Amino acid sequence: MTTSKFYNAIFAAGITLILACLMIGVKLDTSGTQLAIKGASAAQWTWIGGGIALVFLSQLFSGQIDSLFKSIPKPNITTMLPEEKKMATLKPWLIAGLIVIMVIWPFMVSRGSVDLATLTLIYIMLGLGLNIVVGLAGLLDLGFVAFYAVGAYTYALLSEYFGLSFWVCLPISAGAAALFGFVLGFPVLRLRGDYLAIVTLGFGEIIRILLNNWTNVTGGPSGISGIAKPTLFGLEFTRKAKGGEDAMTFHEYFNLDYSSSYKVIFLYLIAVLLVIFVIYLINRLMRMPIGRAWEALREDEIACRSLGLNKTAIKLSAFTIGASTAGFAGAFFSARQGFISPESFIFIESAIILAIVVLGGMGSQVGIILAAIIMTILPELAREFSEYRMLLFGLLMVLMMRWRPEGLIPMKRPQLELKQ
Amino acid sequence: MSEFSLYLLQQLINGLTIGSTYALIAIGYTMVYGIIGMINFAHGEIYMIGSYVTFIVIAGLVSMGMVSLPIILIIALVIAMFIASTYGWAVERVAYRPLRGSNRLIPLISAIGMSIFLQNSVGISQGFRDVALPPMISGGWAFGNPADFEVTVSYMQVVIFAVTFVTMTALTLFISKSRMGRACRACAEDLGMTNLLGINTNKVIALTFIIGAALAAIAGLLLGLYYGVVNPFVGFIAGLKAFTAAVLGGIGSIPGAVLGGLVLGVTEAMTAAFFPSEYKDVVAFGLLITILLFRPSGLLGKPEIEKV
Repeated sequence: MTTSKFYNAIFAAGITLILACLMIGVKLDTSGTQLAIKGASAAQWTWIGGGIALVFLSQLFSGQIDSLFKSIPKPNITTMLPEEKKMATLKPWLIAGLIVIMVIWPFMVSRGSVDLATLTLIYIMLGLGLNIVVGLAGLLDLGFVAFYAVGAYTYALLSEYFGLSFWVCLPISAGAAALFGFVLGFPVLRLRGDYLAIVTLGFGEIIRILLNNWTNVTGGPSGISGIAKPTLFGLEFTRKAKGGEDAMTFHEYFNLDYSSSYKVIFLYLIAVLLVIFVIYLINRLMRMPIGRAWEALREDEIACRSLGLNKTAIKLSAFTIGASTAGFAGAFFSARQGFISPESFIFIESAIILAIVVLGGMGSQVGIILAAIIMTILPELAREFSEYRMLLFGLLMVLMMRWRPEGLIPMKRPQLELKQ
Repeated sequence: MSEFSLYLLQQLINGLTIGSTYALIAIGYTMVYGIIGMINFAHGEIYMIGSYVTFIVIAGLVSMGMVSLPIILIIALVIAMFIASTYGWAVERVAYRPLRGSNRLIPLISAIGMSIFLQNSVGISQGFRDVALPPMISGGWAFGNPADFEVTVSYMQVVIFAVTFVTMTALTLFISKSRMGRACRACAEDLGMTNLLGINTNKVIALTFIIGAALAAIAGLLLGLYYGVVNPFVGFIAGLKAFTAAVLGGIGSIPGAVLGGLVLGVTEAMTAAFFPSEYKDVVAFGLLITILLFRPSGLLGKPEIEKV
């Protein structure tokens, strides 16, 4: 331990003290019209002191800590899995088993957990959609929630004004979101990566402000309520059928007792269906020339252009397909909630979806599904810490970029190695 | 002059006031971008922290019984600049420096994470709700006929103009005359070459973050006093606006940032004159998209050539 290290640690601790003393140590307090301040409680000062001590020690022993981290063997997932040939025969069975479990599972657990699972599936869909844009094509989109909003409002408005059913609106919503993606993407995709991030962010804000202020169509801040739920071939899941004389409800048709959990399970199954559809679609696309072009463009734009790839068309396809996935998720979201307002489509949502993609590993589908599950279930488990949720998201994003930018489960390309 | 043109004049004055504070924040974006080519997404949060520190110091000094307004404001300014610069420096050191040289998107995502982190840490420690400060500088001059329309220039607006002008002049002198300023320009020209010539580029980059943060803190103080409210989310929109201003003027160019800020401020004020004020954000972002489409290098910027 050298002296310079000691000074360094003292310096870092001093900086931490400066950062913490005013912003955490003193609290603004409005008393009447006058602004006053009050000191933090002893407990808070203990926390600050603890933080400073932690920074001091970690700087002092940074070398030792680093070597400790290095000495922990990294778990190698590839060696834990069976061999590649075995894997190929095993995989369809695995997937089939997983689907069967996902279908049977909701009948055995409580309504709340099925509902939570449906929410998780929405986030998986959004994560997979953003993954096409960010992970595969390498375009940072910070306004992804705008397409989600377009999908949600398309279904809500069509159902309210024209009485169209969910199943008709689902492709229309995806199409509308794709159209928005296309119209926005066409001009802005010529821009370099970080400009694109800001433009999409601005676009997301524009959409939200428009939804908020176009009161006579979108209902403004109070949103749209009473959105129709999906039906099973015209069978409703309500207690009494609403649509006309000969309309029947699900429980009447099948001679069952009415139970509200049928609806929840039905919504969950739709979500499962949509997610499977999206995963299948993306998997096919990734193996098509267009999917390969996305990744090639992400890796080296100049090389792609010199090979004659039309970069705008390729980026635009990724952007549009990603947007349409968000439209899908949006339509389903508004059907599930029965109520939407611009509040659901703020920037933080975009940031959460981005955090899912980053945490899971950009490009890696399995990683994103895992990350979406973690990101939606953890906050539910730790409800008393809900205030700290976004704080931890932000911290996690910084830490992931610093220590594991490839994500929890990095993307693995199918590859062939020639043996000498 | 007619009533309508007086009204426009009033909007112009208001627009220039807001615009000059946008310019102060935009300089932080443009300097960082000019040297390391990344968007410091957390810069708006530094501005928000500057506002909070100002409020805390003012409230503290007033409760200690200090009455002299200029002294209170100067102490608040110095402390806000100091704390905000420390934040700027620390953010660079923790979240950006270890990522230098990796893919462009990686520091940007880290910056977004940092922005969310700062927003929420301030929210948790200071509360998520608005904090209001009673007006410190009130009054102003009025022109025109009180019967139809009066153009007013408040003292607060004059303070904003004066402080911005002094700051800009000091910055320009620093960049063009001092040794460190020359190092900054050299880094913006060619970072690798400057490093080879024996200039500690890490120090120069850290300095840019410190200067940018200090300017953001000045803007935080001015806008905090002007609006009289602050909450943990003011940094997000202000940062976005300032970035728009930086792009509008040509990112990487300091005079461009000033010009962009003023143009954006005036455009917003004029929009608010004719449309409901909610739409001024739409116009600002619409302007950003339009500029990027037709003149990506901005009003005063140089086109960027991509090298292999």
